[in-house]
Amino acid sequence: MARVISFLTATRGKGRLHWTDWVSYTYLAVGIFLMFGPVIWLVLSSFKTQNELDRFPPRFLPYAQETVELDGFDDPLILFIVSDTSESEVAGETVAQIRRGAGRSEVVRLDDPDTRIRLPAVDLQAIESVAFATENYTQLFERFNFLRFLWNSTFITVTATLLMLLVNSMAAFALSKYEFRGRTTVLLLVIGTLMIPQTVVLVPLFLIVTELGMFNSLWGVIIPGAATPTGVFLLRQYMITIPDEILDAARMDKASEWKIFWRIIVPLSAPAIAVLAILAIMWRWNDFLWPLIVLTQTENFTLQLALNSFQGELQTDWASLLAMTVLTLLPIAAVFMFLQKYIATGIASTGGK
Amino acid sequence: MDLNLPSVGVQLKDARKSYGSVEVIKGIDLDIQHGEFCVFVGPSGCGKSTLLRMISGLEPISGGDIVIGDEVVNDIPAADRGLAMVFQSYALYPHMTVRQNLSFGLENINTPRAEITEKINAVSAMLQIDQLLDRRPKDLSGGQRQRVAIGRAVVREPRVFLFDEPLSNLDAELRVDMRGEISALHKRLGNTMIYVTHDQVEAMTMADKIAVLRLGELEQFGAPLELFNNPRNLFVAGFIGSPKMNFLKGQVDASDRTLLTLETGEQVRLPDTGFTQQVGQSVTLGIRPNELQPEDDGPLHLEVRAVEQLGSDSYLYGALGDGTRLTVHNPGQTIVREGENVPLGFAAHAVHLFDTTTTLTLRDQT
Repeated sequence: MARVISFLTATRGKGRLHWTDWVSYTYLAVGIFLMFGPVIWLVLSSFKTQNELDRFPPRFLPYAQETVELDGFDDPLILFIVSDTSESEVAGETVAQIRRGAGRSEVVRLDDPDTRIRLPAVDLQAIESVAFATENYTQLFERFNFLRFLWNSTFITVTATLLMLLVNSMAAFALSKYEFRGRTTVLLLVIGTLMIPQTVVLVPLFLIVTELGMFNSLWGVIIPGAATPTGVFLLRQYMITIPDEILDAARMDKASEWKIFWRIIVPLSAPAIAVLAILAIMWRWNDFLWPLIVLTQTENFTLQLALNSFQGELQTDWASLLAMTVLTLLPIAAVFMFLQKYIATGIASTGGK
Repeated sequence: MDLNLPSVGVQLKDARKSYGSVEVIKGIDLDIQHGEFCVFVGPSGCGKSTLLRMISGLEPISGGDIVIGDEVVNDIPAADRGLAMVFQSYALYPHMTVRQNLSFGLENINTPRAEITEKINAVSAMLQIDQLLDRRPKDLSGGQRQRVAIGRAVVREPRVFLFDEPLSNLDAELRVDMRGEISALHKRLGNTMIYVTHDQVEAMTMADKIAVLRLGELEQFGAPLELFNNPRNLFVAGFIGSPKMNFLKGQVDASDRTLLTLETGEQVRLPDTGFTQQVGQSVTLGIRPNELQPEDDGPLHLEVRAVEQLGSDSYLYGALGDGTRLTVHNPGQTIVREGENVPLGFAAHAVHLFDTTTTLTLRDQT
């Protein structure tokens, strides 16, 4: 802990702050604000009620009006303080509002719920306290089939990632370690597809998927993404750095080519494969356009599609939308936190030794 | 347990290798007897490693035959030839422990667990790597890695061992040690070993037979001393022996075939028998540095340019009148200084004689 503190408060100047300290800490503070500001805003907003979300100007923390349950009333009543300047008899007291309409409110004293008092609504000041509207989250499970969407997203992400790693690493192995006629052509083709935007091939891809009967099936999302030029290229560049002599040694050791792949190439390419795995998980999890095209039935929706469906033409269920956005972010944030060190080391070592 | 190593010979019959239109191995015939330690030696780019890889099966051949035992193995994949290879870079599997490195090959041929353990224990004890079995290659020193690489080859009980410049990554002292150990291993296992090196000292000290290669062709094949004493051509004469042989160009006298006039103008006597030189022929006289001695009325006049005193040996480097460079090796210490002129002589039986145009030896082979 002491080390963390000394790290966070490290300065260049001794005793007083050097100008570089000011610059660095300002830069870091701005960076943190830019990076985490929107995320924090999202998380706090996801705990706001629909009323609170509609409020302008918005407030940072989620607030809720305090309520009280009184005998004789079915619903909880909202509490107000009557302002001191009010001409009403209850000036300065805490009251519960029963009804409101046409600029006037009907309230009762808390200890005398039977006597109704009418007064102008402007005299009432709301009593608010910080409160987290957790019902936004519980609703997801009650009103929507959140677990179904989560399963769809997870299934697509995990299956597509595994499939992609397998296909890409096998292609990369062949392209990096075997001499065959047309190898350069194949490689150039693979790299060439990097230059074609996805949107251009969207229609042909859709036709193929439909022809193969994968429309409205999770496999229709998984299969087309199984081979990616980026992945093949990334792994190939890494595998090139594995010395051929090791492969020759394995061949002398009577290992089949298949065994060389599994026992030698894959373990030695682990850093690059880890990088690709992280990228693939993020791509698949956040993928929106392609699933939107292929998956039309609600029970096949991924989380991203479900989020989209909250956004109606006439009205948007912001509370649910924000809550589900937070839940959607969590897995990917967790993956990133645990694996981000591999991204740095893996990418750094893919260029060469 | 004892390792049971079957030993077979290796024959190359007009073995060829081309990359596109470039022929790198130009038809080599070689007969390596079983149990022999054969060294392929030559300057870099001579094709010695390629030849070894052709024998191993890692490199397909373009022509000729390779015979191991009495079986033509041209179309048999590397794995099934019953050979083991030690690579220049050791090529240990970096992600496996030493034990796994040793057992990988045995697992691939479905050897029972108990047998694998037994063999690994025997080999690691023999190579003194039994303390290292649970380490990974990156935690080992160069010499230890080399031992593991050799152990990986031995544990598979191959018919023939192939070594591809295995010592070139080690420092000088370790290299001498490992040289001795590989020789000892050969004596102990007694099976055929083929060893590639560019270092002729390694070749001389370890080999039963040396094959000298140049530009994809076999220059000479024979026992070390045979190559040293009776080199077939100028290349072998210059390559085998350290420091290398001195060469002096000259012309045999028009009437007396025992009189040679060097390009420096000096005249030397040639032996009457043993060589087939003709009168008037252009020849190159070869003489090893240790056969030259300071001699008051010697025929050669060396202008000494550098002196190396090693205590028990001394070397004189200099040039003759026409600039031909010459090296002299004297046992013991010398009083000769730089800049002095030293007359040199040699014994007539110590000379080698080559035809200057064909570069072939003129020694009478009958």
